[in-house]
Amino acid sequence: MAATRASVYAKPAAGATGFETFSWYFFRITGLLLIFLAIIHLVIMHVSNDVSTTSYQFVANRYANPFWRVYDLLLLTLALLHGMNGLRVIVDDYVRGRGWRLAWMSFLGVVTAAFWLTGTLTIVSFHAGNAPLGTFFHALLHLK
Amino acid sequence: MYRGQSGMWSWLLHRVTGVAILLFLLVHIVDITILGFGPTVYNNALTVFSYPFVRVVSLGLIAAVLYHSFNGLRITLVDFWPKGARYQQQMFYGVLAVTAIGFLAMGYFIMLPVFQGCHAHLCG
Repeated sequence: MAATRASVYAKPAAGATGFETFSWYFFRITGLLLIFLAIIHLVIMHVSNDVSTTSYQFVANRYANPFWRVYDLLLLTLALLHGMNGLRVIVDDYVRGRGWRLAWMSFLGVVTAAFWLTGTLTIVSFHAGNAPLGTFFHALLHLK
Repeated sequence: MYRGQSGMWSWLLHRVTGVAILLFLLVHIVDITILGFGPTVYNNALTVFSYPFVRVVSLGLIAAVLYHSFNGLRITLVDFWPKGARYQQQMFYGVLAVTAIGFLAMGYFIMLPVFQGCHAHLCG
């Protein structure tokens, strides 16, 4: 690793550019937003409601208001990118071989995309009474 | 890196809680897809969260999120507040204190149905 490479820890010099500089600011900005997004989410789901009462109807009432869909999309996107970027830093610390690093980074990219798409589809496509996955697997099981 | 022993522990805890929260997030993204199977399947799956054991797992998640949040704020203060580096150790103890207070307050509500003797549907 080049000695001049930007660090995850040290504050970038003023006017610095490049991915690690972007990543350094990204961690701090998304982190500040996530403090509010994640803790409010936990308080709603575990304190002001008991999590065992957050039923399908609870989700339907909540998602009748687009605000909560946007809220959840923001939480999903920022938490996933912040977390997967953190995992990238860990891989960067411990995986040395060029091939293994490439394999890990590709794997992390695919996982990030797949989980973001899955979560986004759940949030965006939710419509009370519709069961797209139920319909799909039911049809699959009844294929002759 | 930050100087002193507390710096090492704060760093290690930040990394461990970060990975734990990420793993939970990936599981959570998969578990909410159950919404796509409709109300009956979703509500049946939801009963998992009423078990005392799963409540204890929730406590772990809460502790991890609170620590990672407040320590992240501490790291940002070290970076942007001119006196941040000088007070990093005091801020670490502050992080532990605020995490403990938040954890006890939220944990109380999560375990309340268990304290109350697990009646009704709240304990599986």
